[in-house]
Amino acid sequence: MAQTIAEKILSKHSGKNLYAGDLCIVPVDGCMATDTTAPLAIKSFKEMGGITVHDKNKFHLIIDHAAPAPNERIANLHNLMREFAAEQDSALYDIGSGICHQVMVDHQKVKPGDIFMGADSHTPTYGALNAFACGVGSTDLAAVMLTGKIWLKVPQSIKVILHGKKLQPGVSAKDLVLEVVKQLTISGATYQSVEYHGEAVAALSLSQRMVLCNMVAEMGAKTGIVSPEGLELPYEFTPTYADADAVYSRVIEIDAAAILPKIAIPNSPDNVHEVRAWVGTKISYAFIGTCTNGRLDDLQAAAAILKGKQIAKGVRMIIAPASKQVLIEGLKDGTIQTLIEAGATIINSGCGPCVGSHEGVPGDGESVISAANRNFKGRMGNPNAKIYLASPATVAISALMGEITEPITQ
Amino acid sequence: MPLAHVYGHNIDTDRIIPGKYTKTLDLTSLAAHVMEDLDPGFHQKFKVGDIIVAGDNFGCGSSREQAPIALKTAGVAVVIAHYFARIFFRNAINIGLPVLEIPNHTIQNGDQLHIDLSNGIVTNITQNISYNATKLPKVMLDIMEEGGLVNYLKKHKDYILA
Ligand code: SF4
Repeated sequence: MAQTIAEKILSKHSGKNLYAGDLCIVPVDGCMATDTTAPLAIKSFKEMGGITVHDKNKFHLIIDHAAPAPNERIANLHNLMREFAAEQDSALYDIGSGICHQVMVDHQKVKPGDIFMGADSHTPTYGALNAFACGVGSTDLAAVMLTGKIWLKVPQSIKVILHGKKLQPGVSAKDLVLEVVKQLTISGATYQSVEYHGEAVAALSLSQRMVLCNMVAEMGAKTGIVSPEGLELPYEFTPTYADADAVYSRVIEIDAAAILPKIAIPNSPDNVHEVRAWVGTKISYAFIGTCTNGRLDDLQAAAAILKGKQIAKGVRMIIAPASKQVLIEGLKDGTIQTLIEAGATIINSGCGPCVGSHEGVPGDGESVISAANRNFKGRMGNPNAKIYLASPATVAISALMGEITEPITQ
Repeated sequence: MPLAHVYGHNIDTDRIIPGKYTKTLDLTSLAAHVMEDLDPGFHQKFKVGDIIVAGDNFGCGSSREQAPIALKTAGVAVVIAHYFARIFFRNAINIGLPVLEIPNHTIQNGDQLHIDLSNGIVTNITQNISYNATKLPKVMLDIMEEGGLVNYLKKHKDYILA
């Protein structure tokens, strides 16, 4: 019987043909936890009777959510992670390494066809690599650390086809995914896999594919997977394609070539409109970074807009490169210098202000334009601030103008 | 008799426990901030053993296990929703917070409820009706019966499907 990509990857790992709705226990090719989830995972692992992790080469700890530590409580949790990694002789990506998801991809810890479990909700980002990746909580992760396995229900899949070859000027994968979030809503893909297909997708870089999969978390999905057409990687891999007659719970077709720049307005990522409908809304804080849009091409898109110019008076702009590798590349090609000269503040590679732990919490009544993935009330640490989500290009041009602006006048 | 505290759809984990409080192993400290941004009056009206009731997609957003832990340490006996976000649902069962999916419940704020967890039956005393919760896969029931995944794995050392 025909299979979706998720069904194929899970079947391959379990040694029998699986279809949506089946339960399975599968070996996991890699797992990771961050400073938000690892301390609890380590605690649960020990309580389960765990002494050494199942496979230290498949286990990664990343200090990214509040890094460097903003207070002594978090400093102690970081040390707990460092000690555990030393004890296990396993990988620890310390402060400055970058955001967990970017670090896993930069270091090739996840590959096409893999099953990966991350104790972070945006783990489906790796679906850009044609892998099956899910977010789990700390105790589920502890169980992976102990057994090397996870139990899963094989998800139904939603097929999203993005047609069209050329995107409108100023439009990037963020605008496309915001449209998908709008159509599916914040709960529309709950328990399901969002499988991306189509000409517009095949033309995207790995970085842009990561944007599409990153925000399946904002649709409630279990995972997101991009069909491997057009995927270019620096190593050999075996692609997993869906069968032509695979069964989908829903098929969504979007003309990507017609999509205009999008924005999600407070307080939900599915509250999506065209940027042009919100033009003129004053902002005082612009943020580019995160596992959604903190990669080199995102920073370059912002630099192209800001080159030789100054951000508006009364606006502060914070940029957190998604990883050390991104930061180094951005330094080499001058992107970082352009951004600093335009008035941006570069902060440590990590989650930064995304989750409101430190490094740029907005004040009461402020409006923030952000390249992140969530704008829930209180997300950036202050429930009295408003968060608008958009592409790096929209964020950059809005910082320049001091108000929400469409990024087509480059 | 436990009372129902009813909230709406899509209650995200940032509203159950803001991210800024999650980085701790002092898990009892989470209880003080539970539902803080959603319902500042929560602690005045909530009594240990009461029940949280919601609509669609409760617990959407982050993977933070601190969300169900905060509810559990605050003394929430069970959470009932039309359906849950998947990571929250797994996390709740893994840490031993009972969760029941009841797609058609009509529970109103302040209703008195009687919960039969092992049979998944909720009786609404105030409205004099009862509801059946969606059946869980066996592996989840087993984990719930052991009081969570830590105890389950302590006992079985591995997952058992069947
Ligand atoms: S950048 Fe934001 S969304 Fe991404 S992992 Fe960090 S906190 Fe989560």
